[in-house]
Amino acid sequence: MLELRQITKRFGDVLANDHVDIVVKPGTIHAIVGENGAGKSTAMRIAYGFYTADSGEILVDGQVRDIKSPHDAIALGIGMVHQHFMLVETMTVAENIVLGAEPGSALALDLKSAGAQIRQLSEEFKLAVNPNEPVEHLSVGQQQRVELLKALYRHAKLLILDEPTAVLTPLEVEEFFVILRRMREQGKTVIIITHKLSEVLAISDEVTVMRDGRVVGRVQTKDTNAAELARLMVGREVLLRVEKPEPEVGQTELEVRNLSVTDAAGTKRISDVSFEVRRGEIVGIAGVEGNGQTELIETLAGLVDPAYISGHINFEGRDLKTLGARVRRELGIAHIPEDRHRRGLLLDFSLAENSILGVHYRPPIVAFAGGIFLDENAVQRRAAEIIQGFDVRPPNAALPARALSGGNQQKLIIGREYHVAPKLLLVSQPTRGVDIGAIEFIHRQLVSLRDNGCAILLVSAELEEVTSLSDRLLVIHEGRIAGEVDPKKATLEEIGLLMTRGH
Amino acid sequence: MPKLARDLLFPLIAVVAAFIVGGILILLVGDNPFQAYGLLLGSALSWPDGIGYTLFHATPLIFTGLAVLVGFRCGLFNIGAEGQLYIAAFATAWVGITFAHLTPWLLIPFCFAAAILSGAFWAAIPGVLKARFGSHEVINTIMLNFIAVALVSYFTQYHYKAGGDPIMQTVPISEGAHIARLGKFVPGFPERIPLNVAFLLALLCCLLVYLFLWRTKWGYEIRATGSNPFAAEYGGISIRKQIILAMAVSGALAGMVGINEVLGYRYRYYDGFSDNYGFTGIAVALLGRNHPVGVILAALLFAALQHGGIYVDGFSEHVTKDIVQVLQGIIILFVAAEGFFKWLLRRRSPMQRLRA
Repeated sequence: MLELRQITKRFGDVLANDHVDIVVKPGTIHAIVGENGAGKSTAMRIAYGFYTADSGEILVDGQVRDIKSPHDAIALGIGMVHQHFMLVETMTVAENIVLGAEPGSALALDLKSAGAQIRQLSEEFKLAVNPNEPVEHLSVGQQQRVELLKALYRHAKLLILDEPTAVLTPLEVEEFFVILRRMREQGKTVIIITHKLSEVLAISDEVTVMRDGRVVGRVQTKDTNAAELARLMVGREVLLRVEKPEPEVGQTELEVRNLSVTDAAGTKRISDVSFEVRRGEIVGIAGVEGNGQTELIETLAGLVDPAYISGHINFEGRDLKTLGARVRRELGIAHIPEDRHRRGLLLDFSLAENSILGVHYRPPIVAFAGGIFLDENAVQRRAAEIIQGFDVRPPNAALPARALSGGNQQKLIIGREYHVAPKLLLVSQPTRGVDIGAIEFIHRQLVSLRDNGCAILLVSAELEEVTSLSDRLLVIHEGRIAGEVDPKKATLEEIGLLMTRGH
Repeated sequence: MPKLARDLLFPLIAVVAAFIVGGILILLVGDNPFQAYGLLLGSALSWPDGIGYTLFHATPLIFTGLAVLVGFRCGLFNIGAEGQLYIAAFATAWVGITFAHLTPWLLIPFCFAAAILSGAFWAAIPGVLKARFGSHEVINTIMLNFIAVALVSYFTQYHYKAGGDPIMQTVPISEGAHIARLGKFVPGFPERIPLNVAFLLALLCCLLVYLFLWRTKWGYEIRATGSNPFAAEYGGISIRKQIILAMAVSGALAGMVGINEVLGYRYRYYDGFSDNYGFTGIAVALLGRNHPVGVILAALLFAALQHGGIYVDGFSEHVTKDIVQVLQGIIILFVAAEGFFKWLLRRRSPMQRLRA
């Protein structure tokens, strides 16, 4: 169906694609995996005509084709769905789909026949999308299906999907895979770019692995496993399972009793939640995103107005409820937030300036308590310690945080929060959007912090992560604790059931 | 491209582009653009009058440019520098009139304090309103401008004007409150040119603002709030406090225009004295890329245009000094269009797209 032969593409000094060969057979789901910056998106953008290759050729259905623009690609039956949707929110589904390929004459837009066609496509692939719905009313999963429809409407035979599951909840991922399989049944070919190995194994027929701009492996999915793929991607053995000793549990650090939190609109986000976290243990919270995890962590971190909170939050016997984020940090509570761009980083600030957020006002960053001037040497020293200790790349403290990859941004945040030697660590989605190599590192760090006696409360949407790291696992559903399970014994099905149905 | 070159490039493009567009306009009205620009810049750079007046006009623009800059760095748009400097100038004159019996060693610091504190107070009002109630500072600073102007006009007219004076101005301040003109220290520089110590104070403020924003914990907190308030909050920074603090500092800087105007130039409060200094300060801060050094350069440029405009009026056939406002307007337009230039540049360096 699609073949890239010896594709090479250079951006300045960076060789993004180095003699890349990719063969995608018709009627298959083909996964292209690799870490961030491995060149997988570049290769696919060349196939879609976004970039032109410096050398090499593209074959579609066995014929060499010159794809100069997405327009050419579409004419050849190639469609692409980007990671960030390109939809006009205020327009309806049908209007979005025909945008750029409007049916009817120049004066009269024929939306009716388009609508019928979209409805038919939607039924054929069981997408359940109403053409007349404005896009802004749709969930993220539905918006993604609109993107799929856009490609199908343009008669795409080959769909390239760039990180399609990054924005979906676990349940939506399942539904999405059902749709992909149906497309394959209907004779479509699908290329899926991803770095999530479990998804590759679940959905694809064949896998091409890329690293540093080169193809380093081509395997049939049925002949491979996660460990092999990870090794190919990273270039060394990767420990996918978390190895951790038995916890040495100490006294209770955090005790939450009958906690309820409402949002500004008055809706209850947390209802009557009670639990505790002790020294030396990781307590995990599993749940479908949006079931109160964000509110729980932010409440504990002191980022929610006390007026919205009822119940008790005790930390080492002290009531935290009315204390601000600064005081809580001083007491020894660190926080790795779920959204590193929104909460965790000052993207325009340098790594050095980011490394002092939260401790910027006290010694040693200012010379003495109550001092005013930042001690530039102390700032640089702290930044260097974090960058070295947590392998932040590139190791240049003067760079803005924006210039780092997601994984390195996360390492910077984790390094910063570790540096204060916390007694309690609140950590949310620690490995979201992070490369496999860095995930292993982050997991090891969490376990070592636990072994040093820190109490850790971990929220993650990745079930595997939260079950393998946690010593005790709570499941949250609609703001309530639906149950506590033993992460060593509970099956994923058991946990999944608690996550979706409550009891 | 190195950061410094990039920081200088866009303002430079904006200025050059504005001069080209302005040149076309001059051509259209039937004058020689080179001749007009020669007059404009030549007169602004002549010694001693041109340079003296250019620096004198730059002084209030440096203060207001810094004021707007501090607000911007905290994510606030202080459109109220105009009102703040009116309040401050009047307060300065009031102290200079009311405490005329004090010795200069006390009176001058009092006058300085009046300018700084009254400006800070007037700007802190919208700061508190935003921090406490979330009402937008743009609306409130604009409205406070009107109140400020009306208030000082009222006090001038009914309480502090000399009887029978047809001009809207207060009685003079005590001579003990006068600050020195630079002609006193610089040989060959006449004292009739009103360039005074306030100009040196403005330069000092640039240094202080730089140190404050980039070297102190308070500046860090203000910039963190401006850069990402959610992350600032996460780092234990009180956003409300930063908003009030940044507005107060901003207002204090705007207020120092009163020192230049009242203590160094007219020695009284003269109603309506401000040539839109507060608003031009916005352009100065933008063109100066919200950096103190940039503010100095931008203020000098705008002041040179302002002073040179007078000569264009007198000596060229068709072009009037309005060309200065046209140029300023186009510069601001081009500065605002920076995003467009960046986009043009980015098209040539796909490295940035690689990240996506």
